[in-house]
Amino acid sequence: MIQARNYVKAESLQEAYEVNQKKSTQIVAGMLWLKMGNRTKQTILDLSGLELDYVTENEEEFSIGCMTSLRTLETHKRLNEEFFGIFRECTRHIVGVQFRNTATVGGSVFGRFGFSDILTCLLALDTYVEFYHEGLIPLAEFAARTQLLSERDILVRIVIKKDGRRAVYQSQRLTKTDFPQIACCVAKKDDMWYVSVGARPERAECRKIPTDGDIAAAAKAAAESFSYRSNVRASAEYRKALAEIYIRRAMNEIAEGGRK
Amino acid sequence: MERTMRYVNSPVVKKDAKALVTGKPVYTDDLAPKNCLIVKVLRSPHANAMIQSIDTSAASRVQGIACVLTWEDVPKKRFTMAGQTYPEASPYDRLILDQQVRFVGDAVAIVAGETEKAVDKALKLIRVKYEVLPAVLDFRTAKDNPVLVHPEDNWHALCPVGADNTRNLCASAVSGDGDVEAVLASCPYVIERTYHTLANQQAMMETFRAYTYLDTYGRLNVVASTQVPFHARRILAHALDIPKSRVRVIKPRIGGGFGAKQTVVAEVYPAIVTMKTGLPAKMLYTRYESQIASSPRHEMEITVRAGADADGTLKALDVYSLSNTGAYGEHGPTTVGLSGHKSIPLYRTEAHRFVYDVVYTNRMSSGAYRGYGATQGIFAVESAINELAEKMGMDPVTFREKNMVREGDIMPAYYNEKSNSCALDRCLARAKEMIGWDEKYPARDMGNGKVRGVGVALAMQGSSISNVDVGSVSIKVNDDGFYTLMIGASDMGTGCDTILAQMAADCLDCDIDEIVVYGTDTDISPYDSGSYASSTTYLTGMAVVQACEKLRKNIIEKAAKYLNCDVSTLEFDGKKVYQPEGDKEITLRDIGNQIMCNNDDDLTASASHSSPISPPPFMVGMAEVEVDKETGAIELIDYVAVVDCGTVVNPNLARVQTEGGLAQGIGMALYEDITYSEKGQLYQNSLMQYKIPSRLDVGKIRVEFESSYEPTGPFGAKSIGEIVINTPSPAIAQAVYHASHVRVRELPITAEKIFFGMQK
Amino acid sequence: MRIQFILNGRKTDADIDADLTLYSLLRDKGCLSVKCGCETANCGLCTVLLDGKSVLSCSVPAGRVDGREVYTLEGLQSEAEEIGCFLAEEGGEQCGFCSPGFIVNVIALGNEIPEPTEEEIKEYMAGNLCRCSGYMSQMRALTKYFQYKKGER
Repeated sequence: MIQARNYVKAESLQEAYEVNQKKSTQIVAGMLWLKMGNRTKQTILDLSGLELDYVTENEEEFSIGCMTSLRTLETHKRLNEEFFGIFRECTRHIVGVQFRNTATVGGSVFGRFGFSDILTCLLALDTYVEFYHEGLIPLAEFAARTQLLSERDILVRIVIKKDGRRAVYQSQRLTKTDFPQIACCVAKKDDMWYVSVGARPERAECRKIPTDGDIAAAAKAAAESFSYRSNVRASAEYRKALAEIYIRRAMNEIAEGGRK
Repeated sequence: MERTMRYVNSPVVKKDAKALVTGKPVYTDDLAPKNCLIVKVLRSPHANAMIQSIDTSAASRVQGIACVLTWEDVPKKRFTMAGQTYPEASPYDRLILDQQVRFVGDAVAIVAGETEKAVDKALKLIRVKYEVLPAVLDFRTAKDNPVLVHPEDNWHALCPVGADNTRNLCASAVSGDGDVEAVLASCPYVIERTYHTLANQQAMMETFRAYTYLDTYGRLNVVASTQVPFHARRILAHALDIPKSRVRVIKPRIGGGFGAKQTVVAEVYPAIVTMKTGLPAKMLYTRYESQIASSPRHEMEITVRAGADADGTLKALDVYSLSNTGAYGEHGPTTVGLSGHKSIPLYRTEAHRFVYDVVYTNRMSSGAYRGYGATQGIFAVESAINELAEKMGMDPVTFREKNMVREGDIMPAYYNEKSNSCALDRCLARAKEMIGWDEKYPARDMGNGKVRGVGVALAMQGSSISNVDVGSVSIKVNDDGFYTLMIGASDMGTGCDTILAQMAADCLDCDIDEIVVYGTDTDISPYDSGSYASSTTYLTGMAVVQACEKLRKNIIEKAAKYLNCDVSTLEFDGKKVYQPEGDKEITLRDIGNQIMCNNDDDLTASASHSSPISPPPFMVGMAEVEVDKETGAIELIDYVAVVDCGTVVNPNLARVQTEGGLAQGIGMALYEDITYSEKGQLYQNSLMQYKIPSRLDVGKIRVEFESSYEPTGPFGAKSIGEIVINTPSPAIAQAVYHASHVRVRELPITAEKIFFGMQK
Repeated sequence: MRIQFILNGRKTDADIDADLTLYSLLRDKGCLSVKCGCETANCGLCTVLLDGKSVLSCSVPAGRVDGREVYTLEGLQSEAEEIGCFLAEEGGEQCGFCSPGFIVNVIALGNEIPEPTEEEIKEYMAGNLCRCSGYMSQMRALTKYFQYKKGER
């Protein structure tokens, strides 16, 4: 359990940002992951009073507040219409409804967990993250950072462009509500595949592959472009094989018109 | 006695149901006083080490800390935590805290304090210097390994179980009937296969816990989530080296046990704190501790040789079990016995042999888990039978129809007991119908990249430990004529309070609400070995029947006195004692009220019951699975089970027992992995990593009953609690084989194993 | 720090440590129906309603409920008896340790999807682990319960 002396429920983003400049401050989002550690901090910073639990939409994009629950992504009608149900598919396996009501999209994205279904899903789309100080940056750039420069910044929202991509999400798990052994999100726009693979078990990355060739070959090429590692859930070799299979299946599904 | 069955064989709602579903505070931690000291244990990071020094001074100075105990503070007499009848088969190899720690997670120090925060802080301040020793981590290399898990001089075994601490042996034995080698040599079909099952966790939702306090008389009172209150009393007295008369154990509602709580896992820690400080103390195991330092199933590697003649008659079975008891011997010498004695007798054979070794290793100690060795043995023997039938080109159901045990058979591998009640043939026929075996065997390609296969397994268990277990009840008449039934058995959610009341109500021809059931308090309840070994329905149930018969007699005698007539003229119909051929009568209500005034002998009866035999329940399980030909992913589609538990005392509770046991068996078969680091740390140390099935993982489970009538059981009943976990592993393994042609002999059966198997 | 919230319909004050969880707060407040089965947010035993939604109380900082509304089974007794009756008639409550979290989530399910299909029930309840029942009796109970509720409407 995380230990702390002070609890600050921020009343403005500016206040939150200032409090968060101290290394002894810990932003608590859903607390699902943090509670399992044994960190000792001075201050718990709570963003729940800043009305950051929202999904809004305009002509160009969806905007999702960092405190929006995974359950909201799962059940959001417009998000799922626009992206062929991938938000339901990438969330519904995560433990249970109570967990998903508790967990936040900001926590999932900021944590950049290797097992993250959410990160895997968002990377296959044209997604940006907005930090209070740094501003809007592409999610892929944030996800790929080796050192987290934004550690003391505040992730405010996530922006997903409505660029007409079709997408399919596929994963395999030991039990239906476990972490994924492999997670694949494939999207297609114009003549390009966007292939995101997570739970390798390293954090998700996305590759762009032209759609001109044979799907089986594209899936193989995509799967081979990632690195894999073994852990208790699967071996590297099995993960690689699964990645290829699920990428191919997702591509085929998109080619056949996607999930309705 | 002619008995009507009004409640027996009907789906009576559990007596405690309303309290449980409305969330009433009836469990150990709900009842613990708020001022209990919080007790926690510092655990070893090493698999085998000697404590060179341990500095508790800084920890003791933390504000709110009441005591910090180390190996130097505890009694030096070894004991076992196994909840078994004395003298226990499990060796006396434990101290509450020892200078040598024998697995990652073994207890190093006990800290008690006023708040959890203080205790956590103190735990971090204890400085321990270890001399790290080489460890025995692979149980295949344990026997006669130069590294000894128990080198100490005061290790001792109370029973002749073939134990030898200088060889890392916790038990060993050879038994058999006929000349196995000669019979096998004569068989045209022989297979030899080895199967491996893991140290699965019971994972009951309520972890181990207890609180302790000194009562008015200075006695140690222990409220514990336990299946074995009377054994717990004895074990605590041994561990603390105090007279048994100074210990009282009370069992409230408990949140599941499945055998885990047949070992005194947590109780010693708060108990010694209360003895040292005089203060109430409480220990709640975390899930992490419950995973890494508890009492899981014994890991076993079992080699089976099976031989049949050309017409498909099974001739011989030869079983060798290597069982891993871990760092301590709890239930080690006894669980292993069931791996042969409850698998081999499923079949008629000319000859059999059963050999076993139980070894100590530097892993977590094992304990009792539903099935108790039979589960491991049945996975091996039933899988081997499936492989033998396959080799002979025979349908495995046909092979079983030809060779399985039948009613009236003498079972040489089951202590030569006679199978008095056995509906295994009917179970098999019905299961076959339910799943559509003939249409689905062996597999069907679904045309979408998936193949569905079916598999089968038989199972048996016992009903109590013959000539050992004791079931006792006492029952009394109260004013207005209601009854109090005092039991020593431990309802752990399974509903034994209710089914024993059902039996009593039928025996006494009364409404079930007239029976108040009280259990379990070692100061008050009659002695009962406890709720384990599938004993409660069969054994304690029979004690209920006997006590009620005595009580009926006593009631009539009392009525004869009050009515001033001869006993032989009276009958009791549950409401009144009356003369069928006369006009005298008195109601039970009046009798109950009259005995409260000017009475020389109380209106009570009690009975203890032990059984010279342990009649096996039988069952058949059949699985249908779907395997993805590309990924190896397995989906359990359908699981059917048909059970012969004798008379079904409560059809709802028996069904739920069966469904619950099957789900645990499915978890063992498909999901619940146990892996260790090189240093001996368990990776599956939480419910995040140890994947027990959710409701999305168990497919469809369908259960029916085909009852035989067991003449030695109450109302014809046998047991059901344990047998139900035994069929899923072998049945699912075979269904997967039929779907994928991959034979998995090491649990769990995962998609990855299928995938690489299919690559070959 | 001091917080104020509505607990089972009543205004409640608490003086809490910064790192207290809602689970611990609720048990301190005498809501002993709330159970803990793991430390890793996997079991669902600690489920309570926070502003009408089911959440894992083990993972909610107590400070976050300031000004909000929390229900535990103590405040949902009539619903508990009603749902519990269907469960008990199947023998599905067994040890009962997971029942409170289970029933709270059934209430949330009923509020969100008044007439759930079997698949919807399974998916919604997947985060409520039970080691006794094998889940089938729970499904029988819930199927009957939701049929009964439909009949009531």
